[in-house]
Amino acid sequence: MHDPGNNFDINLEEISKIEGAASLELKVRNNKIEDLKFSISEWKRFYTQAIKGKPVVAIPQLVARICGTCSNAHLLAAIEAVEKAFNIVPSAQTMLLRKLLYYGLIIRDHALHLYVFSLPDLFGKDSILDFDENDPIQHELLDDTFSVKEVGNQLSIVVGGRSVHAPQPTIGGFLKLPELVQIKNLKNDLLNIRPKIIKLIQIYLEAKDYQVLKAPMSFAGLYSSDFSFLEGTVKSCTSADPSDSLAICKMIAEEDLGKYLEGIVIPYSHARGFKFDGNLMMVGALARLNISKENLNSKTKESAKEALKLFPSTNLYHNNLAQAVEILHAIDASFEIIDGLNEITPESPIKINPPAGGPKKTIGIGVIEAPRGSLYYRLEINADGTVKKGEIIVPTGQNQIVMEKAIYELVENLLLTNANQEKIIVEVEKLIRAFDPCMSCAAHFLKVKWK
Amino acid sequence: MISMDKKLRIGWFSFTCCEDSTIIFTELLNKYCKEWLQKIEFVHARVLMKKNSKEIKEMDVAFIEGAISSNSQEAKLKKIREKAKILVAIGSCAINGSPSNQRNFFNQENIEEIRPILEIFKYKEKVLKVSEVVRVDESVPGCPMNETIFLELMKKCLL
Repeated sequence: MHDPGNNFDINLEEISKIEGAASLELKVRNNKIEDLKFSISEWKRFYTQAIKGKPVVAIPQLVARICGTCSNAHLLAAIEAVEKAFNIVPSAQTMLLRKLLYYGLIIRDHALHLYVFSLPDLFGKDSILDFDENDPIQHELLDDTFSVKEVGNQLSIVVGGRSVHAPQPTIGGFLKLPELVQIKNLKNDLLNIRPKIIKLIQIYLEAKDYQVLKAPMSFAGLYSSDFSFLEGTVKSCTSADPSDSLAICKMIAEEDLGKYLEGIVIPYSHARGFKFDGNLMMVGALARLNISKENLNSKTKESAKEALKLFPSTNLYHNNLAQAVEILHAIDASFEIIDGLNEITPESPIKINPPAGGPKKTIGIGVIEAPRGSLYYRLEINADGTVKKGEIIVPTGQNQIVMEKAIYELVENLLLTNANQEKIIVEVEKLIRAFDPCMSCAAHFLKVKWK
Repeated sequence: MISMDKKLRIGWFSFTCCEDSTIIFTELLNKYCKEWLQKIEFVHARVLMKKNSKEIKEMDVAFIEGAISSNSQEAKLKKIREKAKILVAIGSCAINGSPSNQRNFFNQENIEEIRPILEIFKYKEKVLKVSEVVRVDESVPGCPMNETIFLELMKKCLL
């Protein structure tokens, strides 16, 4: 128990079950937060410097190595930036295959987060591996964990050649096209995991965790008619005050996103958090459902009707529910694409042609929805085809300020209810996991010490 | 390789890298989890569980992913070496240092740009591969690690 004044320190050196390494230091004196630091404990690898001077054609495969979890998001965002820079318009088949590859990532990555990182919190367990084999519900969820992840994994392997750092997608198309029969074989697997995800949606629908930030927020993401994560226009919706609905929405062209994202250097650290047009911002599954749930696959809308009634939502824990809904969408949308595929036309990747009048400097911007939110690439390219400068803005950076504010407000609330240290640790970790931060990505761009 | 009277105690550690092999490893669990859990005890694996004590425990096999960027990482790796019967370097960053060691090859201009960060956070002068710090018994190459080679090694360890 605490001493009467309630003074204690919490020092979590490596928060478990998140992507990458982060730590938390908390100092409470007289039941008040005196110091709270949520910091990234990853060591930087300096990708934005490393790409300078390299041939732009080598960039997509290199930046995929920024993150093992969402490598294919970095790959496709960088490919888009290069294609935009050289006015390459990928074929309809290329876009369909990229979407399939990407839905595989969404299934695998969200499933890793929900089943392996988050679900143990809901069941009061340390690890998914500790789920009780003799309890029918837990036993089934343990089986679901692996069968769902495996289908996402296989979808990316069949289309991209590998689920991590996929070797086949390239600028202008695919180096090697997938086999139609192998893609068709995945239809049954997709159908098989569908009921498991409906069950998962129900679990997160019934979860009672609730926290709304005491400030208005902007939610932003790509808006496209097929909710494909890869195309569209940036849409942001903002609440006028914390209790308000997200009434104020605007559309922004991908290439203008950089103007709205305001990098915030946090003075006592090396951090770069972001605000959106001056507002606190959040990206990711919650933001996507808040701005474009109407564009989900029609089967998903039907099966997730009850869950979708909760969106738009400012409850931060609904990011988990939103991810579960997105897995269902990825399943339904993949099934539809595969069903409609009758052949794979042999196509070579479209080559970069020097513009009329000879090579010149150019700039390309690529924006896609990574599993954790909008991923922005801006590449300045020299006339000789090498990179002059690159800017990469990752989702976890954009969520940084809101995440820290949410942790602070959560601890404040818990202290009011005289929660003990153990309870505070459990709840803070649960909240951090709900954001699904990706520290491998974030490390290259910011370092936070927050007081 | 190791007597199987009791479960094989393994640890999975990530240093400076993108953790791609961690992802491959968790995807291999899709297929092999049931089989492995009967024969394996996870002693350290931050991706899977919280009960990773700060103190490094005795292990039969330690898998090391990533390169070494700081003195604290170097000290931790040496500690793991002391506690592990077999130490396996996993993936390109652990085995060759690359691409996490790309700053080792930066020109002066790039180095100057990152110097404040290197100094304030006490980065090592050069990023090291695992074998520059400790003795390595086995390696699984690839970026990410080659699944087939990893599975062969697991089979050998579980004999």
